[in-house]
Amino acid sequence: MFPYLRLGPFILPMASLALLAGLWIGLSLVEREAARLKINAAVLSNVIIYGLLAGVIGARLGYALEFPSVYASNPLSLLALTPTTLSPAMGFVVGLITFAVFVQRKNLPLRPTLDALAPGLAVFMAAAAVSHIFSGDAFGAPANVPWAIRLWNEYRHPTQFYETFIALTIFLVILERFPEPAGAGLNFLLVIVLASASRVFLEAFRGDSVFLPGGFREAQLVALAIMGVGFYWMRNWMNLETT
Amino acid sequence: MITSLAVGILWTVASRVPSAVGAPLSSSPSPREGFFAPDFTLDTLDGGRVTLSELRGKIVVVNFWTTWCPPCRTETPALEKAYEQYENSEVLILGVNLTNQDSVSAVESFAREFELTYPLLLDRDGSVGYLYQVNGLPTTYFINREGVIRTVLVGGPMSETFIRSKIEALVKEVK
Repeated sequence: MFPYLRLGPFILPMASLALLAGLWIGLSLVEREAARLKINAAVLSNVIIYGLLAGVIGARLGYALEFPSVYASNPLSLLALTPTTLSPAMGFVVGLITFAVFVQRKNLPLRPTLDALAPGLAVFMAAAAVSHIFSGDAFGAPANVPWAIRLWNEYRHPTQFYETFIALTIFLVILERFPEPAGAGLNFLLVIVLASASRVFLEAFRGDSVFLPGGFREAQLVALAIMGVGFYWMRNWMNLETT
Repeated sequence: MITSLAVGILWTVASRVPSAVGAPLSSSPSPREGFFAPDFTLDTLDGGRVTLSELRGKIVVVNFWTTWCPPCRTETPALEKAYEQYENSEVLILGVNLTNQDSVSAVESFAREFELTYPLLLDRDGSVGYLYQVNGLPTTYFINREGVIRTVLVGGPMSETFIRSKIEALVKEVK
């Protein structure tokens, strides 16, 4: 694991750099796919950027709302460039709503627009997996397997490498459109379903799972629910294509 | 589709770990979030001694620093303010000086210059910095009442808002 690169007085977090690279490559792929699907790539890029900006603002406001008295005494701290004072869940919700609103306002066709996002989303997930290799996050459970790696004082499943391998495989599947999607929107749903399925599988090897009563892993249950919803919409949209 | 979902459900059930509910991520200490903070005993600048494990039940902020590190100097007033605000409560701030890269006299004049009242610990041989894998300065660990690290921040400077919000998050944790 290689969490930081020290350049003189600067400490560069490698995980964040991997995520930034994923974002940049992802946006390029979205533009390429949008052009192929005859969607206005410039408009879509702008809508994504609005969603990202709104997501960051929402994440900071969400965090501040958790500690109102702290931020009320120093409101300028809302502008601080500290990534650890963000609420990811709130950021996701605000970003998603903003994206949806602008997609409608700009009259972008929903299902082809979602398809245009698919390769970008897949490459970003691969970048997130690589960021875990750098940071040592998303680490595995203690294991005796011959390929176990020594991390955080124990031999563990190298889940970061499993995750990267699976994410890259999903990316190739999506990029090559294999199997060929049977209709608009299905490539996007395929990314969602494959990503959820991989989480259901990989979570069993993770050492940082959040456990619920009964010993169930929270992430597996959430991923299963997303998989179910994804399959439901896949069937609906495939039916729409055939009628 | 139904087969894939069924396999997923079976896998989820098969990978349950009932004994893990409520347990920490690992019983072996490690300097990262979710793990028990590695224990240490260090001398303080005023001649006392502090052992981290004896502070269980308190929220502890461990800040690694040196006098020559610019962001350390910048964030010191915020740490002092936070310490004063939570003084006499269950929150303790410890400033661990990497004295092997610094000097006791420099620490003394630094403490006078900033009128510091929170405990300053001297890591004379750098062994605690090594134990905590300090990659850059400053590095700060926010540790809950059970001795589990909740937040690690490498680099700085931290603002008073940041420090207080991280402490408040630990205060809110169910005892």
